[in-house]
Amino acid sequence: MKDPSRRQLITAGLVAAAGASGLTVVNRLAQRYGLIPPDHGGLFGAGETLTYASQRILTSHSLAREFPRSEISNPPFANEVAPLGDAFKRLQDGAFADWQLSVDGMVGAPASFSLAELKSFPARSHITHLACEEGWSFIAEWTGVPLAHVLELVGTLPQARYVVYRSIQSDWWDSVDMADALHPQTLITYAMNRGELPVGHGGPLRLRVPRQLGYKNVKYITRLTVTDSLKSFGKGLGSASPEGGYAWYAGI
Amino acid sequence: MPTGYGYVLPDQNGWSRYLHFQTAWLAVLTGFLYVIFSLFSGHLRKDLLPGRTDLSWRAFSATITNHLRFKRPAEEEAWSYNLLQRLTYLLVIFVLFPLVIWTGLAMSPAVASAFPSAVSTLGGQQSARTIHFFVSVFLFLFLLVHIMMICLAGVWNRMSAMITGRISLNKERA
Repeated sequence: MKDPSRRQLITAGLVAAAGASGLTVVNRLAQRYGLIPPDHGGLFGAGETLTYASQRILTSHSLAREFPRSEISNPPFANEVAPLGDAFKRLQDGAFADWQLSVDGMVGAPASFSLAELKSFPARSHITHLACEEGWSFIAEWTGVPLAHVLELVGTLPQARYVVYRSIQSDWWDSVDMADALHPQTLITYAMNRGELPVGHGGPLRLRVPRQLGYKNVKYITRLTVTDSLKSFGKGLGSASPEGGYAWYAGI
Repeated sequence: MPTGYGYVLPDQNGWSRYLHFQTAWLAVLTGFLYVIFSLFSGHLRKDLLPGRTDLSWRAFSATITNHLRFKRPAEEEAWSYNLLQRLTYLLVIFVLFPLVIWTGLAMSPAVASAFPSAVSTLGGQQSARTIHFFVSVFLFLFLLVHIMMICLAGVWNRMSAMITGRISLNKERA
C-alpha cells in the first residue's frame, strides 16, 4: 500500500463533506414524508428508523398475502391474555350489547359506535397470516369493518398522521400511521373463521393490522384517537410496546 | 407462561430484536460495500475466484491433505488464499449471506406483502425461519473456524495485515 496522495486526501474530504450535507437533506426529507418512527431515539434508534423508512417506501400500498380457505389453521392458536377486569366481565354478561367504540381526536365529528352499528357497516374479510414476535403463527379468516371506513364516517382532518387505539385493558394501547390506518386490509374485526370472534382472540373487537406482527393487533379495543403527534400519549414513544422494550413499528 | 422449571428469565425479546435488526443493517450495508468493492477492484477475480490450475482434483486433494496435516503454507503461498479458503469465502459471501438476508426478510409480514413470491419460493414464513436458523448456525461455525485459523496463523500479524494491507512474513516465522 502506498501513502495517500494529496488528490486522494482532497477527494476523501469532499466525499465526507458531501456525506454530511447529504445526511442533513435525507433527515429533512424523512421528517417531511413521515419516515421517522416515534421510537427513533436511543441506542437502537438508527436501525429502527432504517427499517421503518425503507419498509414505508417499499410497502406503503402492498397487500398482505391472502390464503385459500384450505390453509386455515385448525385450531387457531390463542395466546394467553392477562385476566380481564370487571368492566369487561359486565359487558360480556350482556353479550357485549353495550360495547362501544369511541372515535375522537382530529376528526370532524367525534362519535361512538355500538357493536351492532359496526356490524351494519360494509364488511370485508381476508384469510391472512398472524405471526407473533415469539415465532408462532396461524392463518385465519378475519371479518370486520375497514378502519378506513370508520375514519371516513367521522371525517379525519387533513393533518392527521396517526391513529391511536386502546384496549379495555388500560395498559395495552398502540398506534399506526395513516398508511396502515387507511390500508384496505386493516379491519376492526368482530368475526373469525365465520363465527363470533372468540374472547381468546380479542372478541368482541380486535384491530387487525395484517402487515405487522401479532402484538400490534390489539384485543378488546374501545377507543380510537386520531392525532398528528404521538408525543402526548404515554411516554411519547407511540405505543405501550416501546415502553416495554418492543419496537413501535412491527412490520419487522 | 407456566413452565416446568422454577426460574424464568424476564422477557428479553424486545431489546434483543432491536439489537438484531440494528446489527443486521450494519452487516448488510458494509457487506454491500464490500461486494461492490470486490467486483470493481478485482479482489473477487484475483483473490477469491479459484485459478484455472487450482480447479483440478489433484490440486484440490493436495490442498485438503496439507490442511489436514496442519502443514503451514510456504512463504510465497501466504500472499494468497488457497483453494479451500477461496471456496469457503465464496460460499459465505455469495451463498450463506444472501440466503440469511433473504430468509430474514421473508419473515417480515410487511416485506411478504410487497414481495410475496420471495416467501412462497421458500415454502412460507415458517420454512424461512427454519432455513434462517440453520444458515445462521453455519455462519457462526464459519466464524469460529475463521477465528481459530487466525489464532493459529498469528493474531497480531494477521490483524495488522488486515488493516494496513502489508504482511510481515519473517516476524511470523520467528
